Amino acid sequence: MRTNKILVALLTLLVCPSLMLAGTVSGKVTYTGTPAHQKPIDMSKEPSCAKQHATPISTETVVTGANNALDNVVVYVSAGATDEGQVPAQAITYTQKGCQYIPHVLPMHVNQEFDIINDDQTSHNIHPLPKVNTEWNKSQPPGTPPIKEKYDKPEFIEVKCNIHPWMHGWFVVLKTSHYDLSKEGGDFKLPNLPPGKYTITAWHEKYGTQTADVTITGNETKDVNFTFKATAY
Amino acid sequence: MRFIGAILFTAIAGLIFVASFTATVSAQDEPLVGPKPPVVVKPMESHIGNITGHAADAKSDYRRYCAGCHGDYGDANGENAVWLDPKPRDFTIATFKCRSTLTGTLPTDEDLFNTIGRGITNSNMPIWNVFTKQQRANLVAYIKIFSPRWEHEKAGTPITIPPEPPVTIESISHGQALFAKLECWKCHGTHGEGDGPSASTLTDSKDNPIRPYNFALGGKDSRFKCGSTNEDIYKIFMTGVDGTPMPSFADVIQPNDAWDLVHFLRTLQVHRHSKENEVLTAAHGVIPPYVNKNPPPAADTNKAPGGGQ
Repeated sequence: MRTNKILVALLTLLVCPSLMLAGTVSGKVTYTGTPAHQKPIDMSKEPSCAKQHATPISTETVVTGANNALDNVVVYVSAGATDEGQVPAQAITYTQKGCQYIPHVLPMHVNQEFDIINDDQTSHNIHPLPKVNTEWNKSQPPGTPPIKEKYDKPEFIEVKCNIHPWMHGWFVVLKTSHYDLSKEGGDFKLPNLPPGKYTITAWHEKYGTQTADVTITGNETKDVNFTFKATAY
Repeated sequence: MRFIGAILFTAIAGLIFVASFTATVSAQDEPLVGPKPPVVVKPMESHIGNITGHAADAKSDYRRYCAGCHGDYGDANGENAVWLDPKPRDFTIATFKCRSTLTGTLPTDEDLFNTIGRGITNSNMPIWNVFTKQQRANLVAYIKIFSPRWEHEKAGTPITIPPEPPVTIESISHGQALFAKLECWKCHGTHGEGDGPSASTLTDSKDNPIRPYNFALGGKDSRFKCGSTNEDIYKIFMTGVDGTPMPSFADVIQPNDAWDLVHFLRTLQVHRHSKENEVLTAAHGVIPPYVNKNPPPAADTNKAPGGGQ
């Protein structure tokens, strides 16, 4: 019995060393300078959406928090990841609510299925504008089932609704599932990284990309912080 | 002597400075100077009925008739392109407006063949009826050389269109209800005049301003961008006009309901001679409110009949 247990333990060690040793990269995304002023959105042409917002919401090109935190930054492993092609089975959702995309930025793995949901009382058309992947444009009236889609090539894709021109979002299609979206004070966390050398990239829709190299040797947490230079326009 | 020497020195130094400056400028401009690399004509084919088109055979026709707008490289950068609105198709991205196939898929060879023969109304794309069928087929093959998509992907499957039911005032009425429910009027306007609340903000996929179709504007034989028959209208809204704000409704309209929408859309072409306008005239020009005679059998049945859409 005892030898059996030892054997199982040894086998586990052999088969999945990554389970035994896994590091984490975590940190904060901040900005310096003055970020672009976000304008309030006039939704009066779509009363069913306007009434969902007690005060008018603003554009989300640059979303900031306290202490210069920068939200909606996709932080991901751009080199060194070993999970390419391991498509997560769990569904992710992109919701249209109050004539807004929730989340504003949706990171996903190549070929991962995602559901587009219309929670509004108005029709939307979902019109992503890829350059590398295939462009399509679909109508989604209220009460219709989710639209299931996926992308087969990595790309940063702008999403818009032609009916409601203020609606603007992003699909970020990556070759890895080691990603996080900075929010709640600019914090991000990339757990379960097996030992190895990695390039971590932080992408912001207006301020571009930044990279950092880290090496994970065991059960450890490496601090990586990104600071973007904000511009007023 | 010394003075002349100084002037000479300055002049030579100045010349060297100017020369080096010119050299830098021309170095930057280098890609624009001299002939561009020739277009590689890949051995693409098209199949329309029993005609097989060959890209190689369309080379001179493309240069003579198409490159002026679509560009030698198929990138919509022909020398006339800057003057055109809407812009010519960019064959390098292989996104096509007029398809019988679902949104996001490549059109069939026949779709492209028909577009060349039909031209695109309200644009600068003329009706190319000067070409033989063989020439058109060759050109369909030729435009495939510009995008690698044609090598990796097959054309989409044409959508299934059920036989058209008779035009009745009920059918037109249901179509009108769908036009309201699906919010076609947001862009096309309540009378189809292209003046809906979102109309002024529309842009195509390259961010150029674009107008929604004005149904009322055409005359006795008004056409759509992608054809003029009832089947063509059916295809337009079911497959979408890719590269423009017009989405696909294939997932949200049932095939028979789609015919009702077609019948209503015809009545928006107020000057056109059509069966639909005859039926409407016979009904004294009044479309009755839609009454749902077949409410869904599910939980909705306890609602009052005639609740409509």
